[in-house]
Amino acid sequence: MKRTLTALAFLAATTSLAQAEGVLNLYNWGNYTGPDLLAKFEAETGIKVTVTDYDSNDTALAKIEAGGHGFDLVVPSTNYVPIFVQKGLAVELDMAKLPNHANIAPEWMDVAWDPGRTHSVPWQWGSIGMSVNTAVYTGDINTSAIFLDVPDELKGKINVVPEMTDVVNLAVMYVGGEPCTEDTEVLKKARDVLLAAKPHWISMDYGATEKLANNDWAASVNWNGSSMRARLANDTVAHGYPKEGYPIFMDSVMLLADAQNVEEAYTFMNFIMEPENAAMISAFARYNNGIAGSEAFMPEDMKTAPEVVTPEEHQAAGVFLPTCSPTAQQYMTAIWTELLK
Amino acid sequence: MSPAEQSQRRKSSRNGWLLSAPALSLLFLAASGPLLIVLVYSFLTPGQYGNVIWEFSLDGWVGILFTRDIFDGTMNLADAHLTIFWRSVKLSLMTTALTFALGFPTAWFIATRPPAQRAMWLFLITIPFWTNLLIRTFAINEVIRNEGLMNTVLISLGLISEPIRLINTDTAVFIGMAYVYLPLMVLPLFAAIDRFDMKLLEAGYDLYASRLQVLRHVILPIVKPGIIAGSILVFVPSLGAYVTPRVLGGGKNMMIGNFIELQFGQGRNWPLGAALSMALLLIVMAALLIYVRASTKGSNPHG
Amino acid sequence: MAERRFEVSRLPGFASVAIAVFVLLYLPILTLVVFSFNSGPSVAVWEGWSLHWYADAWNNEAVKGATARSLIIATCASAIATTVATMAALGTTRRAAFGGQTFIYVVINQPLMVPEIVTAVALLILFGVVKQATGYQGLGYLILAHAAFCTPFAYLPIRARLEGMDLSLETAATDLYANPWQTFRHVTLPLLAPGIAAGAMLAFVISLDDVVITEFVKSGGQDTLPTYMLGQMRRAITPEVNAISTALLGLTVILLTLFFILTRKKN
Repeated sequence: MKRTLTALAFLAATTSLAQAEGVLNLYNWGNYTGPDLLAKFEAETGIKVTVTDYDSNDTALAKIEAGGHGFDLVVPSTNYVPIFVQKGLAVELDMAKLPNHANIAPEWMDVAWDPGRTHSVPWQWGSIGMSVNTAVYTGDINTSAIFLDVPDELKGKINVVPEMTDVVNLAVMYVGGEPCTEDTEVLKKARDVLLAAKPHWISMDYGATEKLANNDWAASVNWNGSSMRARLANDTVAHGYPKEGYPIFMDSVMLLADAQNVEEAYTFMNFIMEPENAAMISAFARYNNGIAGSEAFMPEDMKTAPEVVTPEEHQAAGVFLPTCSPTAQQYMTAIWTELLK
Repeated sequence: MSPAEQSQRRKSSRNGWLLSAPALSLLFLAASGPLLIVLVYSFLTPGQYGNVIWEFSLDGWVGILFTRDIFDGTMNLADAHLTIFWRSVKLSLMTTALTFALGFPTAWFIATRPPAQRAMWLFLITIPFWTNLLIRTFAINEVIRNEGLMNTVLISLGLISEPIRLINTDTAVFIGMAYVYLPLMVLPLFAAIDRFDMKLLEAGYDLYASRLQVLRHVILPIVKPGIIAGSILVFVPSLGAYVTPRVLGGGKNMMIGNFIELQFGQGRNWPLGAALSMALLLIVMAALLIYVRASTKGSNPHG
Repeated sequence: MAERRFEVSRLPGFASVAIAVFVLLYLPILTLVVFSFNSGPSVAVWEGWSLHWYADAWNNEAVKGATARSLIIATCASAIATTVATMAALGTTRRAAFGGQTFIYVVINQPLMVPEIVTAVALLILFGVVKQATGYQGLGYLILAHAAFCTPFAYLPIRARLEGMDLSLETAATDLYANPWQTFRHVTLPLLAPGIAAGAMLAFVISLDDVVITEFVKSGGQDTLPTYMLGQMRRAITPEVNAISTALLGLTVILLTLFFILTRKKN
């Protein structure tokens, strides 16, 4: 017991040392931060970045709200940015410390969820669509009917990612509604469509990259970056952008109100808005970034990839998911519970 | 009762409390104590974006059994909740039965090795569990895939011509759960079996006519504490399991663990999540007490 | 009577079941080990032999740190849990029933009875306050939380061992030595050892595997291997973790072999 206490005291001492100059605590999605980016940042600035992972926006929100976490920066998705602002968990950015703020591409500057990007800077963005093995199914893949009115070839072979907000909103848009709708007629239709389609799904799981590559699944509701990696392993996999509407997400870096390494945090945010560094982020996690001029530094296989560079004709169907009202969230949960009961 | 006996009793009881005090303090500090927060939360109102608002409400508790239909506003029995609950209970019962069927012979086998070898066999049981649960579950998936190890071997041996489709089936979940929870059954069973003198058995064998009778009349009563411990350790935690059911079963149906997690996550209804878990706690606690009482009745617990 | 002699190791079919269990137990581990040598980035699609995931894991500070942290936490937590569980098991068995025994039993087993997420949220709220009040954000919280939920896993096997254990040896010892500590040290403890070993091993692997509670209790820079893996789940899990697991397995096997060779020589 004595030894344990000594060990504890030692650990306590080492953690307080970690609060010294030149460190930064980044709280980010798992497997989202390339080690090469951090190495370059440390070489240039002498600041050592510690990355801690999370796997859902809600976990990140709950932990930061509870306090005492020790993080400086967090990377929430589009519809969570306003929540962090409203709850006072993230602060307004000091533009004087972010000269590279001007590098944010115009279409990513005045976004509804953070007008003028006063509270967040881009990390990466992507969308949810349909990954389909075109050797199995040759029809139109740019539609949510792939999973909501499953074609015979894909019955029993399609997976749906277990993401409540994305899946329910895809269905809502498929039946002609707006994301986060509170219109019960629309919701009823969406629910019926989902319930009718579910028996044809093989599973509701992650890991689509692998299972599309090794032919366990022939299709999946999937993120665009994962589609691309599946295609690189299995060249008959293609990514469809549902014409009825599909959700776009952007994960953005925010400075926490109780951050202890504020200067280092600004240095880091400014660093990642350098086009060359933004391209490094993309090269690691395989999503686009939202920094103008980063295209030139992108890996060759991403520059023209139809999953990364959304083709012109599909751009209009993409929508940012707004922060749903509590009522809308309740409806979604009810539908989801019924779907998975 | 004589005064001497009474004082002996008091001393024994005091020692019992003293010896249990460190464990109790640890649990009050970092498990049961904090659960009081959850109990309080179950009587509050959900916050807009998760968390709670400090306003008293019984909605969380009412929500366990009744839900308001989102389309016509009527209150109905929450059949979804009961379906999910029953599915979890069924899976846990089956898992417990299978781990026992496999675990008892295994524990017996280990306990009857020469003493010097036993520790090695015990380690052999636990070593696979040094690898992470997720990666282990993925590895099971790899074995039972249509083009996986199992089917490849069976086909090449000529035993089957078509691959057996196990992936994303209930059978896969069942096998996977038994795999994951096996050491929780084997180790307590081993601890109980290893305890007694095997010579007793030989004597017993002389008394009774068959091995089956020895098993029933000599072995089972002695290993009973191990069976009780093992089945609690398998049954209760597997009620809340969801990684294995999702990876192997495909996650199309929720388990009670997922359902409660949903309330604390995207469902943003912490009071309902809190009330559900308190209800679960009460049910499991009651079942546990009844089970322990019933299974120790008739045997002499203090040898 | 010679042919009627009961051979305990040969209950019909038991050995075959046990051997089958061991084989089945190691089949998935085999694929896990094989894929750690995959040259491709997948834990499911084989692309040829390579050692580069070992190199990657070795060069990845995050993975190395997480592995070390997992082992530290599991070692400390299982040591604490086993100690308090052994004491509690001694306190709650083999004595006349006393008021509160059921209460102790229920409290010790309580962590088993709620899904992890519930304990996780409760600890998040409590430790959040404590962390802010004390300014201490070290591994202590994780060790404490792990020790707590590992306690029933250590307690039940030890209790199963103690229940119905023959008291006559101890009584005899007490008569001889007349010192309770010596009796405990030289008689009870050796008798109890297999139960303690079983309990400690369970506590260790349970701690090593924990995800949800760790995810909610950890502070900055405190990822363990399971939370690191959880973070990878939505994207793709790379054979890096297979490499780490294989290295850990290899290390364990080497250490155990050494241990057994050494103890055998001593005897």
